[in-house]
Amino acid sequence: MSILQTQINPRSEGFQANEAAMRAEVMKLRELTAAIAQGGGEKARARHESRDKLFVRDRIDHLIDEGSPFLEFSALAAHEVYDSAVPAAGVVTGIGRVSGVECVIVANDATVKGGTYFPLTVKKHIRAQEIARKHRLPCIYLVDSGGAFLPRQDEVFPDRDHFGRIFYNQATLSAEGIPQIAVVMGSCTAGGAYVPAMADESIIVREQGTIFLGGPPLVKAATGESISAEDLGGADVHAKKSGVADHYAENDAHALQLCRASVSRLNWQKRGQLKMQEPKAPRLDPSELYGIVGTDLKKPYDVREVIARIVDDSDFDEFKRYYGDTLVTGFAHIHGYPVGIVANNGVLFSESAVKGAHFIELCAQRKIPLIFLQNITGFMVGSKYEHEGIAKHGAKLVTAVACARVPKFTVLIGGSFGAGNYGMCGRAYDPNLLFMWPNARISVMGGEQAAGVLAQVKREQIEREGAEWTKEEEEAFKAPTREQYEHQGHPYYASARLWDDGVIDPAQTRDVLGLSLAAAMNAEVEETKFGVFRM
Amino acid sequence: MTTDLNKFDTLLVANRGEIACRVMRTARAMGLRTVAVYSDADANARHVREADEAVRLGPAAARDSYLKVEAVIEAAKRTGAGAIHPGYGFLSENGPFVDALEKAGITFVGPPASAIAAMGDKSAAKARMHDAGVPLVPGYHGDDQDDALLKAEADKIGYPVLLKASAGGGGKGMRVVESAAGFQAALDGCRRESQAAFGDQRMLIEKYLTQPRHVEVQVFCDSHGNGVYLFERDCSVQRRHQKVLEEAPAPGMSAELRREMGEAAVRAAREIGYVGAGTVEFLLDVDGSFFFMEMNTRLQVEHPVTEMITGQDLVEWQLRVAMGERLPLAQDELTITGHSFEARLYAEDPEQDFLPATGTLTRFALDLEGAGLDANKVRLDSGVESGDAVSMHYDPMLAKLIVHGGDRDQALATLNRALAALDVQGVVTNRAFLQRLATHPAFKGCELDTRFIEKHEATLFASREVTTEAYASAALIGLKQLSRECESDSPWDRHDGFRLNAPHTIRLALCATGHDLTRAQAPDAEDVVIVEGRRETAADPWQLVIGDETLTARIQHLEGDAVAVTLNGHRRRLQARLADNGVVVMADAAGETRLFWRRIDAIDHGQHEAESTLTAPMHGTVVALLVEPGQKVEKGMPLMVMEAMKMEHTMSAPADGHVESFHFAAGDTVGQGDVLLEFAPEE
Repeated sequence: MSILQTQINPRSEGFQANEAAMRAEVMKLRELTAAIAQGGGEKARARHESRDKLFVRDRIDHLIDEGSPFLEFSALAAHEVYDSAVPAAGVVTGIGRVSGVECVIVANDATVKGGTYFPLTVKKHIRAQEIARKHRLPCIYLVDSGGAFLPRQDEVFPDRDHFGRIFYNQATLSAEGIPQIAVVMGSCTAGGAYVPAMADESIIVREQGTIFLGGPPLVKAATGESISAEDLGGADVHAKKSGVADHYAENDAHALQLCRASVSRLNWQKRGQLKMQEPKAPRLDPSELYGIVGTDLKKPYDVREVIARIVDDSDFDEFKRYYGDTLVTGFAHIHGYPVGIVANNGVLFSESAVKGAHFIELCAQRKIPLIFLQNITGFMVGSKYEHEGIAKHGAKLVTAVACARVPKFTVLIGGSFGAGNYGMCGRAYDPNLLFMWPNARISVMGGEQAAGVLAQVKREQIEREGAEWTKEEEEAFKAPTREQYEHQGHPYYASARLWDDGVIDPAQTRDVLGLSLAAAMNAEVEETKFGVFRM
Repeated sequence: MTTDLNKFDTLLVANRGEIACRVMRTARAMGLRTVAVYSDADANARHVREADEAVRLGPAAARDSYLKVEAVIEAAKRTGAGAIHPGYGFLSENGPFVDALEKAGITFVGPPASAIAAMGDKSAAKARMHDAGVPLVPGYHGDDQDDALLKAEADKIGYPVLLKASAGGGGKGMRVVESAAGFQAALDGCRRESQAAFGDQRMLIEKYLTQPRHVEVQVFCDSHGNGVYLFERDCSVQRRHQKVLEEAPAPGMSAELRREMGEAAVRAAREIGYVGAGTVEFLLDVDGSFFFMEMNTRLQVEHPVTEMITGQDLVEWQLRVAMGERLPLAQDELTITGHSFEARLYAEDPEQDFLPATGTLTRFALDLEGAGLDANKVRLDSGVESGDAVSMHYDPMLAKLIVHGGDRDQALATLNRALAALDVQGVVTNRAFLQRLATHPAFKGCELDTRFIEKHEATLFASREVTTEAYASAALIGLKQLSRECESDSPWDRHDGFRLNAPHTIRLALCATGHDLTRAQAPDAEDVVIVEGRRETAADPWQLVIGDETLTARIQHLEGDAVAVTLNGHRRRLQARLADNGVVVMADAAGETRLFWRRIDAIDHGQHEAESTLTAPMHGTVVALLVEPGQKVEKGMPLMVMEAMKMEHTMSAPADGHVESFHFAAGDTVGQGDVLLEFAPEE
């Protein structure tokens, strides 16, 4: 037992200012999330409803167990990316519990561009399948999509991680014993027809669901045959004649009931084994995170104040407390699950990097999941550090992070810059899930530093030519770079492009991690084999 | 003043269920070793678990086990039991058994065989009581059992009359005949039941009083010639002539009438040389006149109410008298303190004509603390515990809830609270029905008579109107219970509607119809009420939307099953639980509401087949086919009779039409839900 004590004063001015700033960011996030949840706007919703179809999020509410959580991924996908709005990239994905089994749900939103696949729709769909593979979670596809968005076929169709990958994943996931269930609640045209066809089990809704490789217009054009969508590929065709669908549903609600029944028959068993403790809420209030962290990345705080508000009972067993203290490492529990926590508390030095590598080895050896709390400007620079070999020490941390096969979860709680992002299990290091706080920023380096570096190069060039560069001119040169970095480093920008799995309210971090850990325990925790550590 | 001859240190209880447990409790307290006996169906029953020793009697059927005289005596010999307590039912009023015990040198805790014989034959008993000057109800008690003669006697007495098996008891082989037209059918039915239950077909006929109360007097006699009465009990609330609610003392009794009836009862006992505990049953008419009905020569099911008001342990009295001791108290030492009620909990479905129910009790508990009840004032005599099976082999009574209070109103209030707190799951019971009875204004107002249930049928069986508040409460209780019941610590089990960056969201479907747990029928979509709820964070109250109403709601778990639900600022304390099949049961002292907590998807979307079949309501045996296939029948006409749980069930025509075919013949065993016959309704 080592209960963290808090040093903060919630009545201080600094705390109050931080709290107000972060709360504003969280409110903005909640408002944006609510707007996105409305899908494709009033007109499209009215049309959808007039066909007796449930809205995509209502379908999910019907599908999951009563009152059970839904951990949605990347609600901000495609936010301000395309010329017109494509809320949530037209597909809702997440983990929900169905008949007692945690499942990945991929549900098209037909109110958004008819549920067609934009490049980011494809990316989001594939990312959900990756999550299913990594966590060993059954997949449920609630299909209601017109297929690829044709004007952008070059970004959707041909490449490795484009449309075809969805079906590749269905086949290979099924091969790994991860069930694939499709519920056809609208169109499944062309490529989309393969979602139910490739599924282990499929359900189709009468007079709503249709499956065909070529729709009526294409058939008419190709063969002159005039046929209705229902007669070409409706529920009666597929449940009674073709055998493409296995179950016949009267309506949306019935289809979801059949889907739940399918899941209940999976004989599903979780494989992960962790020594659990009884979950206990943190002793310190998670909502105080707002006032501790704030939105100004330059204001330092002790990351232990954050850990204390995320882990069970605020109990944190620190490892190597007094060595390499810009990286905090230690053991704790979240919702009863044991975890190893790696959290930045300043810039990374050689000692902190080596300490991190050591700690990750311990967790991998003991099969304890890892949580990375990123708030990192990067590794220390300068001759002293280069000469002592900070590059090879940093490499040890990166090797350890890359190779560790325990479940890894990363939360960007502040800055995520440069190689610090790598050493702290950024997206490229394949964490099971990665989330950002609304105050976080991500870029190759800070906007100020980038502008400084570019200005330095420019100044040298100008001065080589014997010209003069005034302070004002330099400022004018630096401003656009700073602006660009600020814009592109913003969590909404990142999340829109699926560099993460979602922007989360700091106060929900503990629950998000608990749900994630519980979901990850569907898979066996693997043995780790590390690569060569440069000594 | 004991005679060593009758001393025993080991008592065998030749019974099962609550009475076996209850007798053994006193026996243990008196320092006796206890021996239970059991059938194969009861090998792990509570009475067996609680006994010091237990001996198997035979297969499940009572005639092969609990009614097998030789097996019981053999068990007593094996275990060195010096005495046998018969409980009630089974061998408790069996003369040959008492004779056999005497031969074997084992003490029978009960009256001598001669007294049992004297009261066992109802007709002979009445004649004898008549001679002793005890008032009788007009009737026919003759030996001539000719159909026509019986009919003529019934006509003479005037309808309605009561047909009763001479050898009977416990409501079996007993029917009210309202008019001459129904006499023959009732006679045949009674004889069949009587034959099956008692191996005897003789019937007696009595005038059926239209507003009588059932008031009985507890008497006790020792072998030294002493006799006392321990006052009366009112057992007027009955269904199918089975007692449901009993109380002591009987409301509205004058001291004079009490003494008069008490003394008549002691006289009746003395007349037949009675020893031990006995009950003399009277019908008490509105004018205060009373008629001897019968004497039960055993301890009664409802004896605890007498114990509660007298402070005596009647089983202890029985054992002491059996040991040859004198009665512990004389008449003038006995007094009445306060008022007591007993409610009998049966495994049966009041909504389906009290059809007996079977299954496994997944939970059987009385949460006194949660209900804020005093353990000294509430007694639960039970033969079962959580996890026990309720089989079709024996009487469906599971337990008795007995309460005591300073006066009738206080005792009734305690009864209602205790009934609300009683949690029985897994098997359908009459618990809620008991609560409706006990909260009924007429019952509270002492408007008692033996046809109470028939009289108030409309109000007793009316379904409670389900309010928006009830739906809101049930939704939250259901979620709360689910998360409490989840064994895993996974945050996925919290059922709090977590959503990312958005309010917690819940969406539930509730349904007030489809009470039949055993069949789990899917409700129609129209019957389903949707409850949608949101709250900003776990610290905020829920905003529940039900139809066009919005309620601000909070739930707080108190101790045990008790929860407090606050709706728009109105806080209520409820006993709440989630039963099998997602039924939320909410009870307070005013009654109970049951709501089916349905997944919206549990609604039956399939096409319904027309009702053209009749299915067996429970496991049982086909007794008779009453029509020929193809024969035209009218709606309601009996088609087939089956017997289950020692009761007859008649399958009647659902409409005008004809039977296409029967799937079983007389004597066949049928399982619950089996299709019995195909019926073709007339076009």
